[in-house]
Amino acid sequence: MNENILEVKDLKVYFPIKGQLIPKTVGHVKAVDGVDFNIGYGETLGLVGESGCGKSTTGRAILRLLKVNSGSVLFEGKDVLKLSKNQLKETRKNMQLIFQDPYASLNPRMTIGDAIEEVLLVHNFGTKLQRKERTEELVQLVDLSKTYLTRYPHEFSGGQRQRIVIARALAVEPKLLICDEPVSALDVSIQSQIINLLENLQKELGIAYLFIAHDLSVVKHISKRIAVMYLGKIVEVADSEELFRNALHPYTQALLSAIPVIDPDIRKERIILEGDMQDNIELPKGCRFNNRCMYAMECCYSEEPKTIDVGEGHTVDCHLYK
Amino acid sequence: MKNYVLEVKNLSTSFHSGKKEIPAVENLSFSILEGETLGIVGESGSGKSVTALSIMRLIPNPPGEIIGGEILYKDSDLLKISDDKIRQIRGNSISMIFQEPMTSLNPVYTIGNQLSEALILHKNLSKKEAMAKSLEMLISVGVPLAEKRLRQYPHQLSGGMRQRVMIAMALSCEPDILIADEPTTALDVTIQAQILNLIKEMKDRMGTAVLLITHDMGVIAEVADRVLVMYCGRAVEYADARTLFKTPKHPYTVGLLESIPNIEGEKKELHSIRGSVPTPGQITEGCRFKTRCDFVMDKCITLEPPIFDVGESKVRCWKYE
Repeated sequence: MNENILEVKDLKVYFPIKGQLIPKTVGHVKAVDGVDFNIGYGETLGLVGESGCGKSTTGRAILRLLKVNSGSVLFEGKDVLKLSKNQLKETRKNMQLIFQDPYASLNPRMTIGDAIEEVLLVHNFGTKLQRKERTEELVQLVDLSKTYLTRYPHEFSGGQRQRIVIARALAVEPKLLICDEPVSALDVSIQSQIINLLENLQKELGIAYLFIAHDLSVVKHISKRIAVMYLGKIVEVADSEELFRNALHPYTQALLSAIPVIDPDIRKERIILEGDMQDNIELPKGCRFNNRCMYAMECCYSEEPKTIDVGEGHTVDCHLYK
Repeated sequence: MKNYVLEVKNLSTSFHSGKKEIPAVENLSFSILEGETLGIVGESGSGKSVTALSIMRLIPNPPGEIIGGEILYKDSDLLKISDDKIRQIRGNSISMIFQEPMTSLNPVYTIGNQLSEALILHKNLSKKEAMAKSLEMLISVGVPLAEKRLRQYPHQLSGGMRQRVMIAMALSCEPDILIADEPTTALDVTIQAQILNLIKEMKDRMGTAVLLITHDMGVIAEVADRVLVMYCGRAVEYADARTLFKTPKHPYTVGLLESIPNIEGEKKELHSIRGSVPTPGQITEGCRFKTRCDFVMDKCITLEPPIFDVGESKVRCWKYE
């Protein structure tokens, strides 16, 4: 019996760079460069990292929304990357995606009811009446009134739109929901409403989440396990409590230390990283983090660190723990 | 005894939409002491940025209009002086950095060109002197390879670098007040930590007073000495940072602080403030927070609370009458 709903193995997504005059590939942006992780049934895995580290690309690659170069994505044991068009459509029913920007994810010329019903239509769900009932059930599930169904997106606030987007994603009863920065565009007081909603839905429906975000405190709150990504690779994975108590990778340590604390008495000494993330066209030799790391040793410039298991599901890619 | 560098009294700014007048900021008063950091915190639409733009007199008119109040800077009212005078102050004694470092720099001029512009204009430096001073500024804000950067264009710099350039530009004329409108919102956390550190350092070195506008309570806790919480164009709470975070008084401030996930301690369900921020002009009487407040009383529905002194805080809530 396999307890993981999703297993991602050595996933690589490269975007070609075309020459300016002659459309020939002159290089690759290695957006995702060998990523492995698992998500269990009904579990939430948080994926954090800074902009440009490849977290959104990973989310999209899992759904096969973009071309994957190599690796495998096993959803309930079947490799999503090898499915035929029809099989893919069937599988996507079980995997849905919600995006960061609730303003851009709804068609302004479709009523909310139509937008939700469209998903059901695409997946050939029931009769017209059944679809109507299902749509009403869905908006109520996300705590909206069913009178909203005939309204258009511009009549709603950001938080309400995000609820609609969630309702739409849940229409076909997915088992896995990929949430790509679902609360980043929302105000703090609305953020907590959406986080609570996502948590309640998980309790009720047993959906697994891949929760992609850059805000560590939000990710810690919602996730059971957290994977930290840097420049196209996962550098550390651990249970969220463990990660915050005992971060091993120097990047994770810096990331955690950069979170502002809501207490003016604790203006702690932080680890301030120097410089920016390198670009992922020409990756540095050795460890990807070597130009910003304060512990960089000689071997970090020559050899790429391997994943080291430090026990209890805590893994880290760093030479310090060899 | 420290003096006030800026005093804002009863500032009201409105926008006209058709025949309607929509208030963005109403009766706002606060002051900034020499060399201190005042944080203004609030959600989108609370009027934080309009406040900043009003101080700089950069409200586009029409549709915007500052309809009342005083902004006192060095014995003169910024709202009454001539356009020429305000131009001498803007970017010179009061300067501003914006949220979006991508759009605040001109893409067709080099960094050096843009940095030296303010110096040539306000300090009457020659082009050569201005360039030298610009280089010095770039080095002091920690831009590596500063000499090369001077000759580069904005698109060749990363977001964090651009924000450093913006800070260098804002501080080049050694202003008395630096207004930072969401300076780190568009940046990653590790870069945010760098930039906040830089603002703190520059403040200590030059004694500049900082008006920091943000929606992030964490950033406020990190750098502000005193805090003004805004909701729907009004000040709802005004206190020093310690008092505000230890003993928040206004139900909105309390709710806002409780809705932030805590990284330390046990996980519990997040508190959330129900409903959402009303659109400007939607609530015309009573307390602006009445639709979302857990402590709402009869009085709140019809009468707008004035500001009460509660200990060391100033709170706009009938609970503290």
